[in-house]
Amino acid sequence: MTTTSLEHGKDRGASLQQQRARAAFWFLAPMLVALFCVAAWPLLRTIYFSFTNTSLDNLYGGHLIGFGNYLRWRTMPSGAVRYYGTLVDPDWWNAVWNTVRFAIVSVSFETVLGMIVALVLNAEFKGRGLVRAAILIPWAIPTIVSAKMWAWMLNDQYGIINDLAVKLHLLDHKLAWTASTDTAMIAVLIVDIWKTTPFMALLCLAGLQMIPRDIYEATKIDGINPIRVFFKVTLPLVRPALMVAVIFRMLDALRIFDLVYVLTPNSSATKTMSVISRENMFDFAHFAYGAAQSTLLFTMLAIFVLLFVWIGKVDLTGETNR
Amino acid sequence: MANIVLKNVKKSYGAVDVIKGIDLEIKSGEFMVFVGPSGCGKSTLLRLISGLEQITAGDLVFDGERVNNVIPSKRGIAMVFQSYALYPHMKVYDNMAFGMKLAKSSKEEMDARVRKAAEMLQISHLLDRLPKQLSGGQRQRVAIGRAIVRDPRVFLFDEPLSNLDAALRVATRLEIAKLHHDMEDVTMIYVTHDQVEAMTLADRICVLRDGKVEQVGTPSELYDHPNSVFVAGFIGSPKMNFLTGEFAKAQNCATLGVRSEHLQIVPDGQGMWNGKVVHAEDLGSDHFLFVDVGSDEPLIVRLAGKLDTKLGARVGVQPLEGQMHRFGPDDRPLA
Amino acid sequence: MTAQALIGKILFYILVFIIVVVSVFPFYYAIVTSFASGSQLFQINYWPPSLDLTNYNTVLFARNFPRSVLNSLFIATTTVVFALFLAVTASYALARVRFRGRGLLLVTILAVSMFPQIAVLAGLYELVRFLGLYNTPWAMILSYTIFTLPFTVWVLTTFMRDLPIEIEEAAIVDGATPWVIITQVFLPLLWPALVTTGLLAFIGAWNEFLFALTFTIQETQRTVPVAIALLSGASVQEIPWGPIMAASVVVTVPLVVLVLIFQRKIVAGLTAGGVKG
Repeated sequence: MTTTSLEHGKDRGASLQQQRARAAFWFLAPMLVALFCVAAWPLLRTIYFSFTNTSLDNLYGGHLIGFGNYLRWRTMPSGAVRYYGTLVDPDWWNAVWNTVRFAIVSVSFETVLGMIVALVLNAEFKGRGLVRAAILIPWAIPTIVSAKMWAWMLNDQYGIINDLAVKLHLLDHKLAWTASTDTAMIAVLIVDIWKTTPFMALLCLAGLQMIPRDIYEATKIDGINPIRVFFKVTLPLVRPALMVAVIFRMLDALRIFDLVYVLTPNSSATKTMSVISRENMFDFAHFAYGAAQSTLLFTMLAIFVLLFVWIGKVDLTGETNR
Repeated sequence: MANIVLKNVKKSYGAVDVIKGIDLEIKSGEFMVFVGPSGCGKSTLLRLISGLEQITAGDLVFDGERVNNVIPSKRGIAMVFQSYALYPHMKVYDNMAFGMKLAKSSKEEMDARVRKAAEMLQISHLLDRLPKQLSGGQRQRVAIGRAIVRDPRVFLFDEPLSNLDAALRVATRLEIAKLHHDMEDVTMIYVTHDQVEAMTLADRICVLRDGKVEQVGTPSELYDHPNSVFVAGFIGSPKMNFLTGEFAKAQNCATLGVRSEHLQIVPDGQGMWNGKVVHAEDLGSDHFLFVDVGSDEPLIVRLAGKLDTKLGARVGVQPLEGQMHRFGPDDRPLA
Repeated sequence: MTAQALIGKILFYILVFIIVVVSVFPFYYAIVTSFASGSQLFQINYWPPSLDLTNYNTVLFARNFPRSVLNSLFIATTTVVFALFLAVTASYALARVRFRGRGLLLVTILAVSMFPQIAVLAGLYELVRFLGLYNTPWAMILSYTIFTLPFTVWVLTTFMRDLPIEIEEAAIVDGATPWVIITQVFLPLLWPALVTTGLLAFIGAWNEFLFALTFTIQETQRTVPVAIALLSGASVQEIPWGPIMAASVVVTVPLVVLVLIFQRKIVAGLTAGGVKG
């Protein structure tokens, strides 16, 4: 762990660097042990379970069955081959599709809306502090509470959204937002965008505030159209910060569980990868099968991150900024 | 109190060599100034002596004891930083007492030493304040006081004046000079990029360049007998005049140096060099004439009294006898 | 002012108005609903129809809800204290000591904070069962470490990096060991950062749902989000919207108040974890 040190035999005691390196080791050790226990070990066990036929009521009774939970096949007496496993499970692929669709749509909206809100907050006007306080409210509300609040607002009979929409002639009849398969995903998206746009806005705002003011003054003197300024000056300058924020949000969106679980229970139109694998593990007692699905989710996210870091050359650690 | 010897001391960060083998002896009670342009390694060298950085190769010896691997607090050093580095959450008193507190000294001794140092620096009335309630000059005094309380055998200064404004800088410089006289047996090492600070404070100056010692000597040795073009140009203000090409060849050297005060103005045509006055600066007590004699840069001539030469006038420039520095093609002085 | 500038200004304030209304209205509506009595619930109200406290009574006295609040408080507080304790020393090492593999370690910690929690659910379930923590608060305290610890380490590392290096060096010259530097020099300077980070981690732990849902079975062990999600009425079909909204308001108001008090610090903490990092 030490940096370069040319030690002479006659030296006694430890140099400052050795003392610090030793301290660093003991400072890091408890955290590393804790993270190993709650992250690395459980992850390895999940992956292990995905290759077994373990069941929920007998965690130690399973044995290795190879890739059976992912894909296996049997040749029928007729000669036809039947495939089984997650990889040919239409429910799983439906969940994958739901998740990806949700992640792309929600993160796109959140980024654009977040940028708009950030631009508003970056302008100087009376009551800016109030607006910033207001947008923090959706972020501060627990997801479950937002889900319930919106479930009530989107209620088919007594919900205020239907009432407003009908009164304003946006809808000709009341919709069962969360129950109908046509609108369930829209409902989930609305709530997620409402809840997460503030977070994006704050990150965009931080990016915007790192741009020196005199750049804008220079463009003002040059008389450049504000929209052009945004696309030619502002956006390129906040892009690195924005990219990091988008990746983080993407990863967050791809693992969504609570909102979907509470807002649209058991709707096949919104069931995501996290929801379906938990359902298999704990509700349907297909423990190992669910573990296989969560392993797949983990693998997909890992590939996504690696690709992004590799292609985008995104510096996530902030080390080089120093 | 401490005699410091550096033997072929080197420091590298990975493949980059910052200090490339330094041999130097600093005598007990001496005020040694490291000076050089930015990036020459002077601060790194100070940090190697302090122990904040680890020496890559070579020996660092304090009073006969090799201290390469001794942690800073056990070396008997105290350091004054450029940004003062006071603990923002501690009162002045606690800032000064922190080291002794950690060393588990007795309360009476600690109190006595803090109060004595405070008196010495005339900051006794500030002991109950927080650093943020002090001015820049007061903060630097507290930082010096904190170092005094440690009762070090070596006092290290890392550009302590560069955050102060010009007037305060002169005042604090005097303060440090006085400190050196009051603490006769304490060795002091002072890093600066300002040659005026170096000249006014030092017993001896060590000029560094690219991680190597360029020259070590008393201020007047360096001023009168620079052993390279670099030192000749670095020490002294205004910068020494350098002449090359035909001008130097006439004196059988590659580079010819003459300080501005060693030049005289004579009637046009009677000087060793002749040319037009292109610029003049009047400092009141004396003035500088910039004479274009056809060399790369105009010659600067320092004259006592008020400016009385017209801009554009043609004059002759004559060096004083025996005050020319002749350097060979290797930039070293010729005998 | 030209007409064009005036129109621009009006449009700008309309946008501001929309942002504020959209942000605040759902919570306002939850408050309105929470004060509605039985039949008032089934008319659309834009203003509180009455100040009826029946829903609050139902939630606060008749059910296990207060117990859930205590569970959540205990779990979130313990998790945060635990995470901060480990994170302060770890982030000092990560921010201030040079050692080989530091960059890799930082990326790993970041990766853990981005973990899909479902991926460790099966393994954690086994661990929780093995340790005999199932259906106890300790199951949550253990599992919440997976997101609170990396987050606090990450944010504190960015804060710790920004502390002036010369202060640390002065302390080293004064004879301070790394432990003394952390406890006597840096901690007093890091209080604001600790409050922010702790608050953010607390909110994260308070809001967590997946682990809390999976690792509890009895109503008395539930945390607030699980309790609200599973709050049921007299019959399966009838959803008790009034009590649910009352419960929501009860658990959200303290959070909103905290967030508004600390809003500047929270924004700094969020962006330290996001943009800078």
